[in-house]
Amino acid sequence: MSGRVRAGAFGPAQLGNGRNDRLLAVAAWTVPVLVGGVFGWLLFDLLRHGLGGLSWTFLTTAPEAAGRAGGIGPVLFSTLLILAVCLLAAVPVGMLTAVLLSGVVGRPPSQMRSTFLRSVRRSLDVLAGVPSIVFGLFGNAFFSIVLGMGFSILSGGLTLACMVLPIFIREAEEALRQVPAELRLSAAALGLSRTKTLTSILLPAALPGITVGLVLGIGRALAETAALIFTSGYVDRMPGSLLDSGRSLSIHIYDLSMNVAGGEPNAYATALVLVGLLLVINSAAASLSARWHRRG
Amino acid sequence: MQNWRRRARVDSGKNTVQTPLHRPVNRISIPSSARWIACVFGLCVFAGCGSSNEPSSREGREGTDPARLVVTGSSTIAPLISDVARRYEQEHPGVRIDVQTGGSSRGLTDARRGLADVGMVSRSPREGEDDVAWIPIALDGLAIIVHADSPVNVLSEEQVVAIYRGEIETWRDVGGEDAPITVVTKADGRSTLEVFLDHFGLTAQEIRADVVIGDNQQAIKTVVGNPDAIAYVSIGTAEYEAMQGAPLRLLRLGDFEPSTDAVRAGSYPVARTLHVVAKGESAPVVSEFLDFLLSPAVHDLVESHFFVPLDGPTPDGPAG
Amino acid sequence: MARPADRVLSLASRVAAAASAVVVMLIALFVGWEAWPALRDVGSRFVTDSSWHPAAGTEAGTFGLLPMAAATGAAAAGVLVLATPAALLSAIFCRFYAPRPLAMIYRRLVELLAGVPSVVYGFWGLVVLVPLVRRLEPPGASLLTGILVLALMILPTVALTVDAAFGRAAEEHLAGGAALGLSRPTLIFEIVLPASRSGLATGLMLGAGRALGETMAVLMVCGNVVQIPDSLFDPVRTLTANIALEMAYATDHHRAALFVSGLVLLAAVSVLVLAAGRWGGVEPEMAS
Repeated sequence: MSGRVRAGAFGPAQLGNGRNDRLLAVAAWTVPVLVGGVFGWLLFDLLRHGLGGLSWTFLTTAPEAAGRAGGIGPVLFSTLLILAVCLLAAVPVGMLTAVLLSGVVGRPPSQMRSTFLRSVRRSLDVLAGVPSIVFGLFGNAFFSIVLGMGFSILSGGLTLACMVLPIFIREAEEALRQVPAELRLSAAALGLSRTKTLTSILLPAALPGITVGLVLGIGRALAETAALIFTSGYVDRMPGSLLDSGRSLSIHIYDLSMNVAGGEPNAYATALVLVGLLLVINSAAASLSARWHRRG
Repeated sequence: MQNWRRRARVDSGKNTVQTPLHRPVNRISIPSSARWIACVFGLCVFAGCGSSNEPSSREGREGTDPARLVVTGSSTIAPLISDVARRYEQEHPGVRIDVQTGGSSRGLTDARRGLADVGMVSRSPREGEDDVAWIPIALDGLAIIVHADSPVNVLSEEQVVAIYRGEIETWRDVGGEDAPITVVTKADGRSTLEVFLDHFGLTAQEIRADVVIGDNQQAIKTVVGNPDAIAYVSIGTAEYEAMQGAPLRLLRLGDFEPSTDAVRAGSYPVARTLHVVAKGESAPVVSEFLDFLLSPAVHDLVESHFFVPLDGPTPDGPAG
Repeated sequence: MARPADRVLSLASRVAAAASAVVVMLIALFVGWEAWPALRDVGSRFVTDSSWHPAAGTEAGTFGLLPMAAATGAAAAGVLVLATPAALLSAIFCRFYAPRPLAMIYRRLVELLAGVPSVVYGFWGLVVLVPLVRRLEPPGASLLTGILVLALMILPTVALTVDAAFGRAAEEHLAGGAALGLSRPTLIFEIVLPASRSGLATGLMLGAGRALGETMAVLMVCGNVVQIPDSLFDPVRTLTANIALEMAYATDHHRAALFVSGLVLLAAVSVLVLAAGRWGGVEPEMAS
């Protein structure tokens, strides 16, 4: 959408020739080049060391010799389960919280409610700064022990959900808030219920922003190590249920690179798989969101 | 029968009460709001994937399945025990052994509280820790390592002490080039550090480090990336990395050549014993697993993780 | 007037919000509970002791947290100084200068960077950056390396948030601004940027939180020596690295002291959040 606006707004003759503009252009091109360079460097490193180890067998077989040999089948599967639990918990709770915080649905807040909202928002900001290892210790004490889930995919996923919540809520709230007020007012004028307004008007309009939140959350969840060691655990067997312990890709990478002598080749290959997985999930999220956005 | 018991250093007779293998986890009373939020989370999760959640496993965890073992503790030992567990599972269908990592202190605490059947502890018992049985499973030596480009081949014990105290700050003083020494040490409380301190008669406060690291491989990578660094790591892994072509060298310590063979022969002085701990009286399935862990049938696995398997009494006494 | 569905929605959203808020309280309670023995027995020595050797026990040990708090603050400040302009320029590039296909590719790349595990960043930092920095000034593992790696890690979070905010602001204001004949820099700095202030604040808040809370990468590249840094090249230990490094072998008071590190961190974040709330612009006003 913005692309259309941009294309119309900036004919090169009209705007593109001020000195400031050229300066800014240089600065604006520098950062992506740097970021792309660093990422290319990182990716090149991963590819150079990891590509040799990648194969269908690697993706489907179980690790052997502490991960030095064999594949990552069960680890990949556990990771997907943990991610699913995390999103299934974080997205509904986060979405509802974001709806409330953004104030786009419902009455204008009373004094008391706005105090409540402010404290929720501040709590979430604090939550965003909790160190991942503290999440891990907390998840272990709360989900694993108090709620009796033990070392399990469930307790790991829920711990991650707590971690992802503030990120997702912040982005979703921001996206909902930015939906032009006219849309909301027109919906109200048409007599649509709040729920209907939310699902048919606000959510589709806010979807690109919400997707950013989702993508960031998925990234954070897949990348997390410290919070999972104490909750979803270290077992690299194929999990039989959500209450089994299952090792995530990131823990596998950490263990192979920091704890297992000779684990590096497989650590690189596993990291490649993780980046690839992320690419697939992010692309899917982006294209789904684009389709929905257009339809809405 | 219970062979592991013979090797256990502290076999406390006090603890004769049969420990339930899977005691239901203590339910600490928590604020109702806490349960409530958990319910909200739980609902969201179960609503989404109820079908993939087989109820049977819940029962298993809570104690009706006699054949699930939980092992937690030291990250140094965890990869080894994982491999042992996999082999044991293959030979004993129906038994499941979950190996969790998280550190020696966690292994000890979990074993004490009954949260784990076996704890892995990569150090020796301290005062007041004899409420669980300590079973030595393997030996591990510490080698002083430097970058392969360093001209230094040997350091005396006094030189090592002086370097770690910050009294010698340049390699020139010990026969190397005129470059400042980057002293790499392990973080407080790590068992490798304690073995190092004990052997050299140092205290943690005396050490003047430039880099403090956590896991073994971090030490190796730091030295590989820094020609002026000195560190101490597991002999077995250092040997393996050097053999694989990593640019690092194991320094001779006075008259002692660091090697796995020397550790096995008991002739290398800086060594530690890796332990597992268990409650004094364990269920049969635990004893069987511990016996397996100590049997020659797993020696190849112990060696594949660059540790030295124990045959009979350990060279330096069971406690290291 | 209120329909059943609306009532359910309203109730559900309030429950969800309360649940989200309860999580942080539970965590604070838990950390406080675990830290209490050390707070009780060590108390003010967390501030007055000059070094950190907690393993020796409450009497003989030393428990100075100040150097680590200073290091954490320095690292977070450095990260924000680096990442803020970079993220802004990155978003400006995406929205206003890049050809459209390139912007798409670049955005996807930044999303990927957001999900690279901290272990991979740390690993890369350890084997690539640390030796590079060492050439400038040994030992290489230092505050500077930590800042560089952290900035790289939080850049995607901030950049994507700002980019999304720019997108929305652009939809609303751009055509009008262009019709007025404003130049591109003027449009960006006078119209789009102010309109996206709350998005920028959101991104920075999330980024700062991540920078303060990041554990594994920092542990691998910062050197972890407990000292107040004199220069960017000094090795330092952050509060999070402290927890991750020592928790595995800590018992009793040592363990509790590590939870005090966590508590200090939580307190620091809370203070930041409150300060940011006072500072105004950060906290989005309620939509009416």
